[in-house]
This record gives sequence, C-alpha cells and structure tokens, in this order.
Amino acid sequence: MIQFEHVSKHYDEGYDALKDVSFTLNTGELAFLTGHSGAGKSTLLKLVMLMEQPTAGHIQVGDQVLGKLSRHDIPFLRRSIGVVFQNHQLLFDRSVFENVALPLQICGYSPADAARRVRAALDKVGLLNREKMNPRALSSGEQQRVGIARAIVHKPKVLLADEPTGNLDPQLSEEIMRLFEQFNRVGTTVLIASHDLSLIRSMRHRMLTLKSGRLIADG
Amino acid sequence: MDKKRGAERVQPSRTTTVTPQPTSKRGAEQHKVDLKGHSESWMRNHMAVGKNALTKLLGTPIATVMTVAVLAIALTLPGFLFTVLSNVQNLTQGWEGEARLSLYLETSLTDEDADRFSRTLLLRDDIAAIDFISRSQGMLEFKKYSGFGDILDAMNDNPLPAVVVLLPKSRLVADLGIMRAGLQALPEVNEAVLDLEWLQRLDAMLAVAKRAVFVLGVLLGLAVLLVIGNTIKMEIESRRDEIVVSKLVGATDAWVRRPFLYTGVWYGLLGALCAWLIVQVAWLMLETPAQELAQLYRSQFQLSGLGFSGSALLLFMSVLLGWLGAWIAVRRHLREIEPS
Repeated sequence: MIQFEHVSKHYDEGYDALKDVSFTLNTGELAFLTGHSGAGKSTLLKLVMLMEQPTAGHIQVGDQVLGKLSRHDIPFLRRSIGVVFQNHQLLFDRSVFENVALPLQICGYSPADAARRVRAALDKVGLLNREKMNPRALSSGEQQRVGIARAIVHKPKVLLADEPTGNLDPQLSEEIMRLFEQFNRVGTTVLIASHDLSLIRSMRHRMLTLKSGRLIADG
Repeated sequence: MDKKRGAERVQPSRTTTVTPQPTSKRGAEQHKVDLKGHSESWMRNHMAVGKNALTKLLGTPIATVMTVAVLAIALTLPGFLFTVLSNVQNLTQGWEGEARLSLYLETSLTDEDADRFSRTLLLRDDIAAIDFISRSQGMLEFKKYSGFGDILDAMNDNPLPAVVVLLPKSRLVADLGIMRAGLQALPEVNEAVLDLEWLQRLDAMLAVAKRAVFVLGVLLGLAVLLVIGNTIKMEIESRRDEIVVSKLVGATDAWVRRPFLYTGVWYGLLGALCAWLIVQVAWLMLETPAQELAQLYRSQFQLSGLGFSGSALLLFMSVLLGWLGAWIAVRRHLREIEPS
C-alpha cells in the first residue's frame, strides 16, 4: 500500500532529512515508525501526504505513483489518506461534529449521509455525547480522539499518525494506540510515527527505525 | 444508490517493486460519486458556502458596515456623476433642433434693400422660415428692452444693422456650418452667426466631462477592487488554520477559494445596493427644484435617475469588481498557505 524506493529528501538549508529509504507497507498492515526527534519520521509522513516532494527515489501509495501526480491531483490523493497530528489541528471556531464532518463536506457527501458517518466515527472513539461541544472544552486526550475521528470518518485506505500520543499520559497513550489497532483490524493500513519506545515495543507490531535519515532497522 | 465510496478496498498488492503504471486514476476514486450526485453536491456546496459567507459578514456587522460604506461611497460618486451627465445630455438634445442662423446685414443697405434681400432668401429650399427685423424695428425693440433708449436718442444715426433670422431645414451641425459660410460670403451680409455655436461648445465640454467621469469611474473602480482585495486578504489570514486543515484532508483549490469569492461577491452586492440607494435619494431631493426650474423655462424636461439599465450596470459592475478583487487576493495569498 505504501512503497518507498531509494527515497532521499535533501533540504536547501543543507541537511539530509532522509537518505536512501526503501520499505514496503502492505495493505492491512500496521507499523510503527520510530527514532529520535529529527531522525526523519515527520518528513517521511509528509512525503506520503505530498506535503513535501522527495529529492530522489519513488514513492507509491495504493496505485498512485506520487512523482507523477500534478498539483491538481494532490487533494484527491489526500482524500484516500487519514492523518492524525500531534497537535491534532482541530478548528476551535466550530463544534466537534463540524470538525469531524469537514472531510466529508470536502468530498461532497450529502448532509444526511455525512451526519450518519460522523456519528459512527465519534461513536468509535467514544465521544458521541460530545458532538455539540467546542473542541476547546475537551481534555487533550479527547481532542486527540476527535482528531482520530476526523481522520477515519471517510474510511481512508491509509491512516497516518504523527506522534499521536505526544502529550498524553501512559494510560491515555495506550488507549489511543488500541484505537489504531482496532482500525487496522478492519483492514486499514496504519503507519504511526512515535518515539514512545516502551509503549510500542509492548504492542508487538512491525517497527521501522530511522536514525539520521537512514532506515536502520525493520521488523 | 450505487455510489462508490471510501469503504471499498483495493486488493493487497504482492509486488515489491514500484511499477509505474500509465494511469490517470486519482487517489479519490473510491470517493467519487456519480455524475448526478456530483452536480447535486456541487450545487449544495455552493448554496451552503454562499449562505455561510453572508452569515459570516452579518455576524460582524460593524466591520461589514465600514467596508460596505467605503465601497458605497466609491460607487456612488461615478454613479451620480454619470446620471448628471446623461441628464445634461438629454437636456441639450432638446435644444439642438432649434438651431437658428442670424444674418447681420451691412448697415449701408436701406430698409427696402434689406427687405428685398430677405425675400430672395425665402426662395432658397434649405431655409424653412425667415424673420426680418429692420433697422428701425430693431431700434424700437432695443429701446424697449435695453433701457439705453436715451443714449440711442442722443445719437444721430441708428447704429443697429438689419437682421434676418433663418430657421434652416437641416439640423445637422455640419450642414449648418457650410450654410453659414455660404451666407457669410453674400455681399449684403456683414456677419452670419450660427446660434448653435455655444451648443457645440457645450457638447465639447460635455465630452471632456464624460471622459473625466470615466477616468474617475475607473479609478474608483480600482479603489473598490483594492478595498475588497485587502478585506479578503485579512479574511484569508484570519482563517489560515481552516485553510491548512482543509487542504490536509483533501480540499481542492477551488473548494478553498469558494468562500472567499462569495464573500467578495456579497461585498460587491451590498456596496452596490447602498450606492444605488444613495443615488436614488439624491435624485429624489433634486427632483422638485429641477421641475420648478424647468417650469420657469416652460420646458418639459424631466429628471431621470439611474433607471433600469443604469441600476443593472451599477449592480453588475460592483459584483464583478467584488468577485475580481476577491479572486486576485485569493490567487496571491492562498498558494502561500500550504500545510507544513
């Protein structure tokens, strides 16, 4: 589902964020992406989202060869990917419901259909009773779960998460990770960047380890 | 419904090498709805976005009123001046049909000669009517109306020439000019004066005024463009987070652009409505005094306001400027806002 082939990313400021990275993540697989901060985890995820272009190499997501996509195609690629951010990127000028509904509005779902799917997504993360609230009024764990609901509401083929447990205590972190496992169980391909080694080791999934831009361990 | 949606999954691919396929399929294939559903959702989105943009404007009434007031003033000025000009033009068109030629005859002619000369003019087929004012007749009228009777009495000679006033058949300014030159060349005629000359000068002045109003209109139109562009730019800045998040979850450029374009259109529309109201009220205030003035001149002249076509033009131009201003701002600033 996600394929990197000799991918490098060099920034103009003069450092290499990724060096010759190759791996394949099959459909329905769950993997952790780990390494120290600055090892290139975020850069790798950005390349999948086409928020950045690789300097060298090929990336394929599903049947899309990213290097061949024009600017016009980028939104359509992103609709097939759900993303969870460390700072969850919620909009505080609207309710939880409207935050989760945003991807569906963009894809053009009818309001009735969208409402059904939003409730289903909020139910999955256990926040159905919070739909009318402003995300600002929620705890950071709940905010993160709203972010997850938004990422999965349109049932993307791929789910990416960048440090989804960054600001959470160990118990909440594990809850969040279990949530990702649930989505993986129904067939979603999941890639989670995290430096919380003790937690992810305990979960026994594939681990891709980056160090200074190189993939030094896979398994 | 046979819509293909996100839940559909692609079979796991067993290949381990990237095989670039000559395919133009997009990532969102599984989200695409059929054509009817697509146009329906497009319509729905436009309606919702349009309504939303208006609600947002009305939600910040003070800022909106300030912006709309600036737009209204910028639009009122050219709108008002254009109507003033078109009214003046209407007025002068009514006068042009009354062109007259006055021939001042040589003072050496006796009244009989002059009278005979005026009768020969009647035979010409380019003249509709003549009015002959002999020297003594002219003297009497002058004494009566000028109040200088005593001075004239003191003079031995009558200094006034005999005058023939002609009503030409042609009303074309060019014909009248040629005719005047021809009559001027006659030995009996000292001077031929076309009464239309002041009208021609007025016409020339009107042309200058028209051009000036046009230039002013263009400049103020540009001001409208800048005001809306700047307002939209600030709006984009204040909604930066929303734009970034929308782009991250797959919003197209058009989708991100749409609310701002609608905001621009609403500004244009509100500005035009205010400007229209101001112009109409101004004309209403002018109407009574203008009618009284027209009655004093026994004129049938009627003031006309913006009228249907003027109102439509004002509305159209303003909405167009609003849209264009927003479009320029969006084009300049939206690409800079990318998720990073």
